[in-house]
Amino acid sequence: MILALIGNPNAGKTSVFNHLTGMRQKTGNFPGVTVDKKTGGLTLPDGTEATIIDLPGAYSLYPNSMDERIATDILCNRNSASYPALALYVADVNNLERHLLLCSQLIDLEIPVLLALTMTDIAETNGLHCAMQSLAEELGVEIVQVNGRTGSGITELISRIPAAKLRKSKRFSDTRSFAPQTVDALKKIFPDENDYSALLLAHHHQRFDFINASQKNEISRITTTGFNSLQLQVQETLARYEKITALLRRAVTQEKKNEQETFTEKIDKLLTHRVFGSLIFLAVLFFVFQAIFAWATYPMEWIDSGFSELGSLAKTHLPHGVINDLLTEGILPGLSGICIFIPQITILFALIIFLEDVGYMSRTIFLSDSIMRKFGLNGRSIVSLFSGLACAVPAIMTTRTITNWKERLITIMVTPLMSCSARIPVYTILVALVIPGDSSIAFFDMRGLLMLGLYMLGVFAALISAFVLKKIIKTNEQSYLVMELPSYKIPNWKNIAFTVFEKVKIFVTQAGKVIFIISIVLWFLASYGPKKAMGEAENIPVSLTNETLTQEQVNDIIAARKMQASYAGQLGRFIEPVIEPLGFDWKIGIALITSFAAREVFVGTIATLYSVGREQSDESILEKMRSEINPQTGLQVFTPAVVFSLLIFYVFAMQCMSTIAVVKRETKSWKWAGIQFVYMTALAYVASFITYQLMS
Amino acid sequence: MLPLNSLTLKPGKTGIIHSLKESHISPKLLEMGFLPGKEIRLLRTAPGGSPLYLDLQGHFIALRKDEAEVIVLKSGN
Repeated sequence: MILALIGNPNAGKTSVFNHLTGMRQKTGNFPGVTVDKKTGGLTLPDGTEATIIDLPGAYSLYPNSMDERIATDILCNRNSASYPALALYVADVNNLERHLLLCSQLIDLEIPVLLALTMTDIAETNGLHCAMQSLAEELGVEIVQVNGRTGSGITELISRIPAAKLRKSKRFSDTRSFAPQTVDALKKIFPDENDYSALLLAHHHQRFDFINASQKNEISRITTTGFNSLQLQVQETLARYEKITALLRRAVTQEKKNEQETFTEKIDKLLTHRVFGSLIFLAVLFFVFQAIFAWATYPMEWIDSGFSELGSLAKTHLPHGVINDLLTEGILPGLSGICIFIPQITILFALIIFLEDVGYMSRTIFLSDSIMRKFGLNGRSIVSLFSGLACAVPAIMTTRTITNWKERLITIMVTPLMSCSARIPVYTILVALVIPGDSSIAFFDMRGLLMLGLYMLGVFAALISAFVLKKIIKTNEQSYLVMELPSYKIPNWKNIAFTVFEKVKIFVTQAGKVIFIISIVLWFLASYGPKKAMGEAENIPVSLTNETLTQEQVNDIIAARKMQASYAGQLGRFIEPVIEPLGFDWKIGIALITSFAAREVFVGTIATLYSVGREQSDESILEKMRSEINPQTGLQVFTPAVVFSLLIFYVFAMQCMSTIAVVKRETKSWKWAGIQFVYMTALAYVASFITYQLMS
Repeated sequence: MLPLNSLTLKPGKTGIIHSLKESHISPKLLEMGFLPGKEIRLLRTAPGGSPLYLDLQGHFIALRKDEAEVIVLKSGN
């Protein structure tokens, strides 16, 4: 049996879902769309197993965002695999008027409803009384009070499921009366539909994918005359509210209104204040930024050293050969490349979900909407851009809440320009290469300043690109922001922990897959090459110079030669003419290519290419890079011009397979992923070219 | 009858909704509870004058300036 958990956003649905299912939940995708589908198992009192689907919050069956659409698409399609036998409708008792709107629509779809009223404790404090018995009778549904915080009422909710499922509720509105001819005509073609589902079919048929093209044409023909979707929607909503208001007048009594300012109002005087609110928001941003970098450093180091320990253990204890190489040079670095991001992503998600849970997130959207709109973005884009500082993949997934397609698309297109955490190791080593450790201007550490400059450059590029895209992309869809500012509440730690865990799990399994596969492919490209060239690399004696070399140094030189002879090396040579104007040689070319797995691979590749043993520290990589001489010119390879050119390249270039994959998935086409790749690469190329030519 | 904006409704003041103009946004506004006859209070506006921070009978909602203009207030508040 399938149960759908449904309700308005901020109704307290998530806590009810967690109480109902406990750890028995999993996250997948709704077919055809990328919205996360949360399902959970539940054992009913009679022993039968039920599946609960947590439908994304919606205000009505006239959806505006991708998330909201899910509920409509499932509830209007009786043949959907997710079509529920019963809707568990969660409503905030303090705002019943609005929360009953969608509920009344479900009743008219003839879906059995079990109504769960939440936040009754708050209602009590506010002097609001709800006569549940009379409300239940008038609506014709079962009603249970639940407390999302303590979980009281959940057992009763479960026990009422079997009865509620069988209860036949009465009709709420006469939905046929809104458009009698259309409804009658549609019911002739679709005899299984009732009045309301036929009416919704008339409204939404173009978007529904469970009816075929010829059916759509037929419905379009019927709805061309005498069917004004917008007007009818207004009519229906007003008619429903009229009934709901009358019903609540009888069932709900409110003691003399408390004229005092609420807690939320008091706090918001400060938090949404034009000046102080904005300053506090900046401080919060700075705190999150700081947290991502400072707190994550230690676990990241543990993961890094843990994997290299594991690698050297495997290398020495397992028999030598291809399998060993694949494991220690392909699989383990690949896994490490995924795991290294977990601390930052976890911290980022935890902070974002915390801010969302207490109610602050909507305030940041409120504060930043007007400035973001100037750049073709939306107040909600701020969350995505900010998440982009950790990793573009989850950041792009957060754009789903942006209702306007153009604003969402622009946000997706520019988010990868925010300097993600994978760029940090690259920036660190290159910055150290051009600026001595002890240089500072006044009190500022020069290296830190240059790092900050690179971040600002990314932000600046994102905003400018957004502005340009705003001028280019055309749309008829109008942008709007109608957003609830929920009351502040004490964080529900259990919910936060649950959600963070789920999000991180999705990241690891989805982005992780791509990073993992790419790492293995790159390992293959870097370890194999044309037989002849690879053979020469290994067999030509090393000691051409008279210096005595240790065995280790000889091995390093051979490793570098093999890299040069490998397919990756061939690729590097192949692209050398293209990157030469930027000041890059073929070795840097290889590093650019391997960066596609994850940008930080740059450092490892450079280390191998300049034959630096793995066990040596960063400083020794630096030394090696500093002393590297171009054999043709006899000059230093990493001149300031080259280093700055590289830095600029890494700020702008789209070098991440996982991001390309997620953009393809979220925009449902290769087109935008392709455009993004091209524009970012072009931007990087031109900017690097200018930098190099000016500096050299 | 006046469209809702920070000139017709000063921050801190309360007005009564008369109707909604015909707009693609009006069904959405109705859904959110902006119904004729309801009291509405403007708390403040964000930097840049938009969005508006509104109190609709104890529930807070943010609307952009253009969207708020769809709401028509009864005159004489």
